[in-house]
Amino acid sequence: MAELLLEAQGLHSFYGVSHILHGVDFSVARGETIGLMGRNGMGKTTLIKSMLGLVRPRQGSVRVRGRDMTQTAPHAIARAGIAYVPEGRGIFPNLSVRENLVMAARPGVDGRKEWDFNRVMATFPRLGERINHGGGQLSGGEQQMLTIGRALMTNPDLLILDEATEGLAPLIAREIWNIIRTIRASGIATVIVDKNYGAVMALADRSVVILKGRVVFAGSSNELTDNEELMHRFLGV
Amino acid sequence: MDLAFFLIQLLNGLQYGLLLFLVASGLTLVFGIMGIINLVHGSFYMLGAYLAWSLAGLTGSLAAAIAVGIPLTVLFGMALEWLLIRRLYERDHLFQVLLTYGLILVFEEMRSILWGDDVHGLPVPALLNVSIPLTETLSYPVYRLFISGVCLLLAFGLYLLIQKTRLGMMIRAGASNRDMVQSLGINIKLIYTLVFAIGVALAAFAGMINAPLSSVFPNMGGQVLIICFVVVVIGGIGSVKGAMAASLMIGLADTFGQVLVPEVAGMIVYLLMAVVLVWRPAGLFGKA
Ligand SMILES: Nc1ncnc2c1ncn2[C@@H]1O[C@H](COP(=O)(O)OP(=O)(O)OP(=O)(O)O)[C@@H](O)[C@H]1O
Ligand SMILES: [Mg+2]
Repeated sequence: MAELLLEAQGLHSFYGVSHILHGVDFSVARGETIGLMGRNGMGKTTLIKSMLGLVRPRQGSVRVRGRDMTQTAPHAIARAGIAYVPEGRGIFPNLSVRENLVMAARPGVDGRKEWDFNRVMATFPRLGERINHGGGQLSGGEQQMLTIGRALMTNPDLLILDEATEGLAPLIAREIWNIIRTIRASGIATVIVDKNYGAVMALADRSVVILKGRVVFAGSSNELTDNEELMHRFLGV
Repeated sequence: MDLAFFLIQLLNGLQYGLLLFLVASGLTLVFGIMGIINLVHGSFYMLGAYLAWSLAGLTGSLAAAIAVGIPLTVLFGMALEWLLIRRLYERDHLFQVLLTYGLILVFEEMRSILWGDDVHGLPVPALLNVSIPLTETLSYPVYRLFISGVCLLLAFGLYLLIQKTRLGMMIRAGASNRDMVQSLGINIKLIYTLVFAIGVALAAFAGMINAPLSSVFPNMGGQVLIICFVVVVIGGIGSVKGAMAASLMIGLADTFGQVLVPEVAGMIVYLLMAVVLVWRPAGLFGKA
C-alpha cells in the first residue's frame, strides 16, 4: 500500500459536553480518493476539523505522513501538505480575488511548484475575469472556484473538500465536479464530502460512511452501491 | 485671524493629528484584527518618551536614542504579546479590559521606580532647531514640519504594508477568518505577535519624536490613550483609514478650538465625537 498521508485512530471529539465522534478511524493514502458520506449532522465536518487541528480530539491520534500531529498547530498540519476547502467556502471577503490566491501561495512539501497563480488562472478562467473584485462580490460558484484555487496554490498532496457543490446550480456543480476530476487525475489525493452520493462514489476509490459519529461502512464504493440495504439505512437513499 | 496665524494653527493641527494617528493606528489594528481592547496602548507612548529622554541622555542625540529605542520597543511588544496578550484572544472584553488596565498601573509604577516622577525636557535636535519666518513677528519651527513629514512617511509605509504586501493580505485575512488562515499553512500567532509589536513600536516612536515638544512626564500615556480611543471610535473601530481621517479632524478641531473658543476647548473633541456618532453610529469608516 502507498504511503499514508493522513491517518486518524480512535478519535473522540466533543463540542462542550456533546460527544460527537465516538472512536473514528480514518486514513488516506497518497493519490487516493475517498468519499466521506453520512446524513446531516453525523460528524463528517467534525471529523475533518479534528484531523486538521481545528477541533482538538479528546482521545485518539492523528498522524500525518507517519508523524504524530494530534496536538500540532493547524498551520503546521497544513504545511505537511494538506489543503482544506471548508463547508461554507471560507473565502476572505475583504480581500480581492487576486489577494485571496496570492496570500496562500507556497511550494509543496517536497518543494513542488506545480500550481501557481498562472495555472490557477488557466484552470478557472472565470476567476480571471473577476480578478480585482472583492471576494465577497463573487457568486457562490465563483467563490467555490476561488476556494479550490486557493487550496491548490499551496501545492498540496491531499485536498479535503467539504460540501464543495452545496447550494450551486446544476451547471456550476457539474463544472466543479469536472475540476475535482482534473485535480484527482493530477495525482493529488482527495477526500470528498458531498450530498451527491452518486457523483462521490463514481470518483472515490474507497467510501467511508459515518452514522452518529461512528464509522459504519468502510470499503470499496462498488460494495456500497451494490448493497441497497446499506444505502438505505446509512444514507437514506 | 490673519493668514500667517491661520497657517500656523493649521500646520500645528495637522502635526498633532498625524502624531495621534501613529498611536491610534496601532490601537485600531489590534482591535480590528485581534479583537483586543488594549487599554495599555497609551503606556507605549509614554515608554517611547521616557526611552528617548534617557537614551538621549546616554548617547547625546535623539536620533541615536530612536535608533536604539525602536528595536527595544519591538522586542518589548513581542514579549508582551507572547507572555500576556495572546491569552486574551479567546476571552471576552471584560478580561481584556481588566488585564490591560492592570498593566497600565504596572507600567506607571515601573516608570516611577526606573525614571522617577519628575518632569523632564528634551532639547530639539540642533540640526532641526530652526524656524521659518512667516511675517516680521511670526515664524514656524522646522522640527514640527519634520514630525509631520516623518508621520506621513510612516503612514504611507503602513498603508503599503497592509494593502500591498503578502504579509498585509495575511493580516487582513486574519481579521475575517482566523481558522481559514491557519488551514492555509500560515502561522497566525506569529502574525498577531508582529501586528502587536508594530503597534507598540509606532506608539513608542510617536512618544520619542514628540518628546522635545511635549516634554516627558508621569501619566502622559493616559491622556494620549483617551484621545486615541476617541480617534478610533470616530474613525470606525478597526479602520486604519478611519483612524487617519479622525486623527486629522481631532488634531485640527483641538488646535483651532484652543485659539478660537478657549473656554470650551477641552470639550471640543468629545462634541465632535458625539456629532459623528449621531450621524454615523459605527464611525466614519466603520461597518455597521
Ligand atoms: N460548533 C459546534 N458547537 C456545538 N455543536 C456542534 C458544532 N458544530 C457541529 N455541532 C454538532 O455536531 C454534530 C456533527 O456536526 P457536523 O457538522 O460534524 O456534521 P456533518 O456530518 O458535517 O453535517 P452536515 O452534513 O450538515 O454538514 C451535529 O449534531 C451538530 O449539530
Ligand atoms: Mg458538514
